[in-house]
Amino acid sequence: MTDIQKKRQSAMGVCARATAEEIAAALDRIGRPETANELRAPEAGLVMARARMGGNGAPFNVGEVSVTRAAVRLASGETGIAYQLGRDSKKARDAALLDALLQTGRAAEVEAALAPIRTRIQEDQNLKARRAAATKVDFFTMVRGED
Amino acid sequence: MYVAVKGGEAAIANAHRLLDHERRGDRGVADLSLAQIREQMTLLVDRVMTEGSLYDPDLAALAIKQARGDIIEAVFLVRAFRTTLPRFGYSVPADTGAMRAVRRVSAIYKDLPGGQVLGPTFDYTHRLIDFLLAAGAEPPVPDESEKVLEPMPHVTGLLDREGLIEPESAEEEGAPVSDLTREPLDFPAPRDLRLQALARGDEGFVLALGYSTQRGFGRTHPFTGEIRIGDVEIEFVPEELGFAVPLGDVVLTECEMITQFKGSASAPPQFTRGYGVAFGRGERKAMAMALVDRALRAREFGEDVQAPAQDEEFVLAHCDNLQSTGFVEHLKLPHYVDFQAELGLVRKMRAEYEARRDDALEAAE
Repeated sequence: MTDIQKKRQSAMGVCARATAEEIAAALDRIGRPETANELRAPEAGLVMARARMGGNGAPFNVGEVSVTRAAVRLASGETGIAYQLGRDSKKARDAALLDALLQTGRAAEVEAALAPIRTRIQEDQNLKARRAAATKVDFFTMVRGED
Repeated sequence: MYVAVKGGEAAIANAHRLLDHERRGDRGVADLSLAQIREQMTLLVDRVMTEGSLYDPDLAALAIKQARGDIIEAVFLVRAFRTTLPRFGYSVPADTGAMRAVRRVSAIYKDLPGGQVLGPTFDYTHRLIDFLLAAGAEPPVPDESEKVLEPMPHVTGLLDREGLIEPESAEEEGAPVSDLTREPLDFPAPRDLRLQALARGDEGFVLALGYSTQRGFGRTHPFTGEIRIGDVEIEFVPEELGFAVPLGDVVLTECEMITQFKGSASAPPQFTRGYGVAFGRGERKAMAMALVDRALRAREFGEDVQAPAQDEEFVLAHCDNLQSTGFVEHLKLPHYVDFQAELGLVRKMRAEYEARRDDALEAAE
């Protein structure tokens, strides 16, 4: 993967986990591009989620997840794409705009606007993990007194 | 067979209006919001997503509300909805080893890498009705530990290293994966197809079958190798992009059952695997599914197919609650013409029977 692909992938992961309000705020912060063509109007669809037998074996189909996708093209020619869980079309379109902007000279602004969302997601995950960690047990077998 | 009937439009419309009214219940009680269902009826939402075979908590919450809390009716609504959507493709197989687990327990190793994490569980509760909930008590904020959770490799990997467990079938590059939603069920069914059918199978049915294997109907001596619940990232590679897009996280429950195997002429004694997975927090379902998955592998291990849980046609053809309810419930639709024919037939048979009896009586006299 190229560097820009890695950056886009990482930003897409943030947008997918962000709320619609967070993405809209990020976009407003850097300024919505005035001219953007809707290459593909936001569309809800399905992706069949796969897992592996035994966690690491051959793949099988577990069930579908609902996904919304969108594609936009900026006046400067960059194409932005979004695929994310759920059925929020505005969120998908906003995420596609951010993906397009990330490929322009304004990439640093996009990264800066996504940074607080990234932090919020990380903090949520850490809190969940700390709460789970508090339920970690050490089962012990009772000594039978044979020694 | 039933034939079309005409009429009844006004009655049907009024029946549905009455249904809407009854669903609403006492209008003096606040209307139930989808957010309330999604956030507070979590396990119900998870079950509807699993059996509806569509991960979408908001949609499942709406289906539950519309169905007045009836699981199978909600599953019906979800399945009907999915038929209206285009399929973008298949995800990259989820890496459950990288799950951010909030629960992970093993019944075979006390000390294992990553440890035993109970998470939010009903286990060890006393099952006493909590009247404080009725009074609207807010629960205390959960405790936090500053010790970070360590990585949690699959427990079966530990047995794998010793060669004491069968290796999981490796993926053949580009080999097709069966898809129940594209091609009808066919027998004998490969394991991938069986797992897909079981994953969306009715929890009650799969649970009863799993239980039956424990009670001796296709005995497999299972141990819970591991159960884990947590967030798993789903990735998808759109053709136009050529790299994997993280779609977001879904909550999955995974269960690996391990069963003893005596060995055969070609295979050494070892442990064998059963696998279960469910959307959301579906521990009971995942465990039962793992038992049934192993039972259905009987042919593979040269075991006699004697019990219902080992009979793939019996299991797979009946585990889908939507199909089951469709055929059972169609019996309530008008069968008037059909029944008239049966009525005529029974009358004729009865007349013949009575004629024979009278003949026999006469002959005896």
